Amino acid sequence: MTWHVGTVVDTKTETPTGRSIVFDVPGWTGNLAGQHVDVRLSAPDGYQAVRSYSIASADSSQRVQLAVDKLPDGEVSPYLVDDLQVGDQVEFRGPLGGWFVWRPTDVGPVQLIAGGSGAVPLVAMARAHAAATSTEEFRMLYSVREPADAFFSSELQSLTNEHFALDWIYTRKAPEGAARPAGRITADDLARLAAPAASNPLVFVCGPTGFVETVATQLVELGHDPQRVKTERFGGK
Amino acid sequence: MEHVDGNVLAGPLGELFRFDLTTTSGECRHCHDVSVLARAMVYLDPSGYVVRCSSCGEMLMAIVTTEKRTWLDLSGVSGLQIPT
Repeated sequence: MTWHVGTVVDTKTETPTGRSIVFDVPGWTGNLAGQHVDVRLSAPDGYQAVRSYSIASADSSQRVQLAVDKLPDGEVSPYLVDDLQVGDQVEFRGPLGGWFVWRPTDVGPVQLIAGGSGAVPLVAMARAHAAATSTEEFRMLYSVREPADAFFSSELQSLTNEHFALDWIYTRKAPEGAARPAGRITADDLARLAAPAASNPLVFVCGPTGFVETVATQLVELGHDPQRVKTERFGGK
Repeated sequence: MEHVDGNVLAGPLGELFRFDLTTTSGECRHCHDVSVLARAMVYLDPSGYVVRCSSCGEMLMAIVTTEKRTWLDLSGVSGLQIPT
Protein backbone atom coordinates (compact mmCIF):
# COMPACT_ATOMS: atom_id res chain seq x y z
CA MET A 1 0.00 0.00 0.00
CA THR A 2 1.18 3.49 -0.71
CA TRP A 3 1.04 6.52 1.51
CA HIS A 4 -0.54 9.56 -0.12
CA VAL A 5 0.25 13.14 0.84
CA GLY A 6 -2.81 15.24 1.64
CA THR A 7 -2.78 19.04 1.78
CA VAL A 8 -5.35 20.86 3.92
CA VAL A 9 -7.59 23.03 1.75
CA ASP A 10 -10.40 23.84 4.19
CA THR A 11 -11.36 23.45 7.84
CA LYS A 12 -14.63 24.06 9.66
CA THR A 13 -15.47 24.05 13.34
CA GLU A 14 -18.24 21.50 13.86
CA THR A 15 -18.55 21.22 17.64
CA PRO A 16 -16.83 22.75 20.71
CA THR A 17 -14.21 19.97 20.48
CA GLY A 18 -14.28 18.89 16.88
CA ARG A 19 -13.85 20.07 13.33
CA SER A 20 -14.00 18.85 9.76
CA ILE A 21 -10.98 19.08 7.50
CA VAL A 22 -10.88 18.81 3.71
CA PHE A 23 -7.65 17.54 2.15
CA ASP A 24 -6.56 17.57 -1.46
CA VAL A 25 -4.92 14.19 -2.08
CA PRO A 26 -3.27 13.75 -5.51
CA GLY A 27 -3.64 10.16 -6.68
CA TRP A 28 -6.73 9.51 -4.55
CA THR A 29 -9.40 7.85 -6.67
CA GLY A 30 -12.34 8.08 -4.31
CA ASN A 31 -13.73 5.89 -1.56
CA LEU A 32 -16.82 3.99 -0.51
CA ALA A 33 -19.13 5.39 2.17
CA GLY A 34 -18.02 4.04 5.54
CA GLN A 35 -14.34 3.56 4.75
CA HIS A 36 -11.51 5.04 6.79
CA VAL A 37 -7.94 6.22 6.35
CA ASP A 38 -4.86 5.80 8.46
CA VAL A 39 -3.32 9.22 9.10
CA ARG A 40 0.42 9.38 9.76
CA LEU A 41 2.09 12.34 11.42
CA SER A 42 5.85 12.61 11.56
CA ALA A 43 7.79 14.73 14.06
CA PRO A 44 11.09 16.37 13.07
CA ASP A 45 12.94 13.83 15.27
CA GLY A 46 11.52 10.96 13.19
CA TYR A 47 8.85 9.90 15.66
CA GLN A 48 5.69 8.81 13.88
CA ALA A 49 2.11 8.33 15.04
CA VAL A 50 -0.62 6.60 13.04
CA ARG A 51 -4.34 6.83 13.78
CA SER A 52 -7.46 5.71 11.91
CA TYR A 53 -10.16 8.24 11.00
CA SER A 54 -13.43 7.68 9.18
CA ILE A 55 -13.98 9.53 5.93
CA ALA A 56 -17.01 11.86 5.83
CA SER A 57 -16.92 12.30 2.06
CA ALA A 58 -17.96 9.58 -0.38
CA ASP A 59 -17.28 10.43 -3.98
CA SER A 60 -14.75 9.82 -6.70
CA SER A 61 -12.84 13.09 -6.36
CA GLN A 62 -9.38 13.59 -4.86
CA ARG A 63 -10.86 15.69 -2.06
CA VAL A 64 -11.09 13.80 1.22
CA GLN A 65 -13.05 15.17 4.16
CA LEU A 66 -12.38 13.93 7.69
CA ALA A 67 -14.09 15.04 10.87
CA VAL A 68 -12.18 14.68 14.10
CA ASP A 69 -13.16 14.98 17.75
CA LYS A 70 -10.41 15.97 20.18
CA LEU A 71 -9.55 13.37 22.80
CA PRO A 72 -8.36 15.24 25.93
CA ASP A 73 -5.26 13.04 26.33
CA GLY A 74 -4.89 12.24 22.64
CA GLU A 75 -1.59 12.34 20.82
CA VAL A 76 -2.88 13.09 17.32
CA SER A 77 -6.44 14.46 17.56
CA PRO A 78 -5.56 17.72 19.43
CA TYR A 79 -3.09 18.54 16.65
CA LEU A 80 -5.66 17.85 13.93
CA VAL A 81 -8.37 19.86 15.69
CA ASP A 82 -6.36 22.81 17.08
CA ASP A 83 -3.15 23.22 15.11
CA LEU A 84 -3.45 21.95 11.54
CA GLN A 85 -3.83 24.84 9.08
CA VAL A 86 -4.67 25.29 5.42
CA GLY A 87 -1.58 24.33 3.43
CA ASP A 88 -0.28 21.85 6.02
CA GLN A 89 0.34 18.28 4.92
CA VAL A 90 -0.25 14.86 6.46
CA GLU A 91 0.20 11.34 5.07
CA PHE A 92 -2.74 9.05 4.27
CA ARG A 93 -3.01 5.30 3.77
CA GLY A 94 -6.27 4.20 2.24
CA PRO A 95 -9.13 4.07 1.53
CA LEU A 96 -9.40 1.19 3.99
CA GLY A 97 -11.96 -1.38 5.04
CA GLY A 98 -14.49 -3.24 2.90
CA TRP A 99 -16.86 -4.42 5.63
CA PHE A 100 -18.37 -1.33 7.30
CA VAL A 101 -19.47 0.16 3.97
CA TRP A 102 -22.68 0.98 2.13
CA ARG A 103 -22.77 0.88 -1.65
CA PRO A 104 -25.43 2.72 -3.68
CA THR A 105 -26.20 -0.62 -5.36
CA ASP A 106 -27.12 -2.19 -1.99
CA VAL A 107 -30.78 -3.14 -1.76
CA GLY A 108 -33.01 -2.94 1.33
CA PRO A 109 -33.67 -0.61 4.25
CA VAL A 110 -30.78 0.83 6.27
CA GLN A 111 -30.64 2.04 9.85
CA LEU A 112 -27.70 4.25 10.88
CA ILE A 113 -27.01 4.65 14.61
CA ALA A 114 -24.29 7.07 15.72
CA GLY A 115 -22.78 8.07 19.03
CA GLY A 116 -20.85 11.38 19.01
CA SER A 117 -18.19 11.59 16.30
CA GLY A 118 -19.22 8.05 15.29
CA ALA A 119 -21.55 9.88 12.94
CA VAL A 120 -18.73 10.53 10.45
CA PRO A 121 -18.86 7.30 8.38
CA LEU A 122 -22.66 7.34 8.63
CA VAL A 123 -22.76 10.89 7.26
CA ALA A 124 -20.76 9.52 4.30
CA MET A 125 -23.49 6.89 3.82
CA ALA A 126 -26.27 9.47 4.04
CA ARG A 127 -24.44 11.64 1.50
CA ALA A 128 -23.91 8.65 -0.84
CA HIS A 129 -27.59 7.73 -0.49
CA ALA A 130 -28.60 11.29 -1.42
CA ALA A 131 -26.06 11.62 -4.24
CA ALA A 132 -27.33 8.38 -5.80
CA THR A 133 -30.96 9.54 -5.32
CA SER A 134 -31.47 6.08 -3.83
CA THR A 135 -35.05 5.31 -2.84
CA GLU A 136 -34.00 2.67 -0.29
CA GLU A 137 -35.41 3.61 3.11
CA PHE A 138 -32.70 5.22 5.26
CA ARG A 139 -33.06 6.18 8.89
CA MET A 140 -30.49 7.74 11.18
CA LEU A 141 -30.54 7.87 14.95
CA TYR A 142 -27.86 10.19 16.29
CA SER A 143 -26.95 10.30 19.98
CA VAL A 144 -25.08 13.36 21.27
CA ARG A 145 -24.61 14.94 24.68
CA GLU A 146 -26.35 18.13 23.61
CA PRO A 147 -27.32 19.78 20.30
CA ALA A 148 -24.02 21.71 19.94
CA ASP A 149 -22.06 18.42 19.97
CA ALA A 150 -23.51 17.15 16.69
CA PHE A 151 -21.27 16.91 13.62
CA PHE A 152 -22.82 18.03 10.29
CA SER A 153 -26.18 18.65 11.98
CA SER A 154 -27.57 21.24 9.54
CA GLU A 155 -26.46 19.21 6.53
CA LEU A 156 -28.04 16.04 7.94
CA GLN A 157 -31.24 17.95 8.57
CA SER A 158 -31.20 19.22 4.97
CA LEU A 159 -30.90 15.64 3.67
CA THR A 160 -34.12 14.49 5.32
CA ASN A 161 -36.91 13.59 2.92
CA GLU A 162 -39.34 10.74 2.34
CA HIS A 163 -36.39 8.32 2.02
CA PHE A 164 -34.20 9.63 4.86
CA ALA A 165 -35.46 10.11 8.42
CA LEU A 166 -33.32 11.62 11.19
CA ASP A 167 -33.93 11.35 14.94
CA TRP A 168 -31.89 12.61 17.86
CA ILE A 169 -31.04 11.26 21.30
CA TYR A 170 -29.67 13.84 23.76
CA THR A 171 -27.83 12.25 26.65
CA ARG A 172 -27.08 15.29 28.87
CA LYS A 173 -29.11 18.27 27.72
CA ALA A 174 -32.13 18.15 25.44
CA PRO A 175 -33.30 21.27 23.60
CA GLU A 176 -36.18 23.26 25.06
CA GLY A 177 -39.49 21.59 24.40
CA ALA A 178 -38.03 18.17 23.53
CA ALA A 179 -40.48 15.37 24.22
CA ARG A 180 -37.79 12.97 25.37
CA PRO A 181 -35.85 13.93 28.52
CA ALA A 182 -32.05 13.80 28.29
CA GLY A 183 -30.61 10.36 28.95
CA ARG A 184 -28.60 7.56 27.43
CA ILE A 185 -30.06 5.52 24.60
CA THR A 186 -32.35 2.68 25.71
CA ALA A 187 -33.95 -0.36 24.11
CA ASP A 188 -37.20 1.59 24.24
CA ASP A 189 -35.66 4.37 22.11
CA LEU A 190 -34.51 1.79 19.57
CA ALA A 191 -37.93 0.12 19.50
CA ARG A 192 -39.57 3.51 19.00
CA LEU A 193 -37.18 5.21 16.56
CA ALA A 194 -35.19 2.56 14.68
CA ALA A 195 -36.33 0.49 11.71
CA PRO A 196 -38.16 -2.56 13.08
CA ALA A 197 -36.41 -5.93 13.09
CA ALA A 198 -39.29 -7.30 11.01
CA SER A 199 -38.15 -5.15 8.06
CA ASN A 200 -34.71 -6.85 8.29
CA PRO A 201 -32.72 -3.62 7.89
CA LEU A 202 -28.97 -3.50 7.50
CA VAL A 203 -27.85 -1.62 10.63
CA PHE A 204 -24.61 0.35 10.94
CA VAL A 205 -23.61 1.34 14.48
CA CYS A 206 -20.57 3.57 15.08
CA GLY A 207 -19.34 5.34 18.20
CA PRO A 208 -17.40 4.87 21.40
CA THR A 209 -16.97 1.19 22.29
CA GLY A 210 -19.39 1.27 25.24
CA PHE A 211 -22.11 2.91 23.13
CA VAL A 212 -21.69 0.41 20.30
CA GLU A 213 -21.76 -2.62 22.60
CA THR A 214 -24.91 -1.35 24.35
CA VAL A 215 -26.77 -0.60 21.13
CA ALA A 216 -25.72 -3.84 19.37
CA THR A 217 -26.88 -5.92 22.34
CA GLN A 218 -30.21 -4.10 22.51
CA LEU A 219 -30.78 -4.53 18.77
CA VAL A 220 -30.28 -8.29 19.00
CA GLU A 221 -32.65 -8.42 21.98
CA LEU A 222 -35.21 -6.57 19.85
CA GLY A 223 -34.96 -9.36 17.28
CA HIS A 224 -32.43 -7.97 14.80
CA ASP A 225 -30.29 -10.55 13.03
CA PRO A 226 -26.76 -10.17 14.52
CA GLN A 227 -25.30 -10.73 11.05
CA ARG A 228 -27.20 -7.64 9.82
CA VAL A 229 -25.80 -5.41 12.59
CA LYS A 230 -22.44 -3.97 11.49
CA THR A 231 -20.35 -2.19 14.08
CA GLU A 232 -17.36 0.12 14.25
CA ARG A 233 -15.88 1.05 17.63
CA PHE A 234 -13.36 3.81 18.19
CA GLY A 235 -12.52 3.12 21.82
CA GLY A 236 -13.02 5.78 24.44
CA LYS A 237 -12.90 5.69 28.19
CA MET B 1 -8.31 2.84 26.46
CA GLU B 2 -11.08 0.43 25.55
CA HIS B 3 -10.68 -2.08 22.74
CA VAL B 4 -11.67 -1.17 19.20
CA ASP B 5 -12.51 -3.72 16.49
CA GLY B 6 -11.13 -5.48 13.46
CA ASN B 7 -11.99 -2.64 11.08
CA VAL B 8 -8.82 -0.91 12.29
CA LEU B 9 -6.67 -3.76 10.91
CA ALA B 10 -7.43 -2.94 7.26
CA GLY B 11 -4.36 -0.69 7.00
CA PRO B 12 -1.73 -2.75 8.84
CA LEU B 13 -2.90 -6.05 7.31
CA GLY B 14 -3.21 -4.37 3.92
CA GLU B 15 0.56 -3.91 4.08
CA LEU B 16 0.99 -7.69 4.35
CA PHE B 17 -1.79 -9.22 2.24
CA ARG B 18 -3.02 -8.44 -1.25
CA PHE B 19 -6.71 -8.66 -0.24
CA ASP B 20 -8.75 -7.08 2.55
CA LEU B 21 -8.44 -9.59 5.36
CA THR B 22 -10.98 -7.70 7.51
CA THR B 23 -13.83 -8.91 5.27
CA THR B 24 -12.83 -12.57 5.50
CA SER B 25 -14.18 -15.00 8.09
CA GLY B 26 -11.80 -16.74 10.45
CA GLU B 27 -12.38 -19.67 12.75
CA CYS B 28 -11.29 -19.31 16.37
CA ARG B 29 -9.05 -22.23 17.37
CA HIS B 30 -10.38 -22.04 20.93
CA CYS B 31 -14.20 -21.86 20.61
CA HIS B 32 -14.61 -22.57 16.85
CA ASP B 33 -16.71 -19.45 16.36
CA VAL B 34 -16.54 -18.28 12.75
CA SER B 35 -16.71 -14.50 12.35
CA VAL B 36 -15.65 -11.78 9.98
CA LEU B 37 -12.34 -10.37 11.20
CA ALA B 38 -13.89 -6.88 11.29
CA ARG B 39 -15.99 -8.09 14.24
CA ALA B 40 -13.00 -9.15 16.37
CA MET B 41 -11.94 -7.19 19.45
CA VAL B 42 -8.67 -5.32 18.92
CA TYR B 43 -6.45 -3.98 21.69
CA LEU B 44 -4.10 -1.22 20.59
CA ASP B 45 -0.57 -1.15 21.90
CA PRO B 46 2.31 1.18 20.95
CA SER B 47 4.08 -1.81 19.37
CA GLY B 48 1.08 -3.28 17.58
CA TYR B 49 -2.27 -5.01 17.85
CA VAL B 50 -3.67 -7.88 19.90
CA VAL B 51 -6.77 -9.39 18.29
CA ARG B 52 -9.24 -11.36 20.40
CA CYS B 53 -12.25 -13.52 19.53
CA SER B 54 -15.49 -11.57 20.11
CA SER B 55 -17.13 -14.79 21.22
CA CYS B 56 -14.69 -16.31 23.77
CA GLY B 57 -12.11 -13.55 24.28
CA GLU B 58 -9.09 -15.75 23.52
CA MET B 59 -6.29 -14.38 21.32
CA LEU B 60 -6.78 -14.88 17.59
CA MET B 61 -3.73 -13.05 16.34
CA ALA B 62 -1.15 -10.43 17.19
CA ILE B 63 0.75 -8.00 15.01
CA VAL B 64 3.92 -6.60 16.51
CA THR B 65 6.04 -4.17 14.55
CA THR B 66 9.60 -3.21 15.40
CA GLU B 67 12.10 -1.19 13.40
CA LYS B 68 13.50 -4.31 11.76
CA ARG B 69 10.49 -6.59 11.22
CA THR B 70 6.79 -7.29 11.66
CA TRP B 71 5.84 -10.36 13.68
CA LEU B 72 2.46 -11.80 12.73
CA ASP B 73 1.18 -14.38 15.23
CA LEU B 74 -1.82 -16.27 13.81
CA SER B 75 -1.84 -19.04 16.41
CA GLY B 76 -5.48 -18.52 17.45
CA VAL B 77 -6.91 -18.81 13.94
CA SER B 78 -7.51 -22.34 12.68
CA GLY B 79 -8.55 -21.24 9.20
CA LEU B 80 -9.72 -18.37 6.98
CA GLN B 81 -12.59 -18.35 4.49
CA ILE B 82 -11.41 -16.16 1.64
CA PRO B 83 -14.05 -15.20 -0.96
CA THR B 84 -12.98 -16.21 -4.47
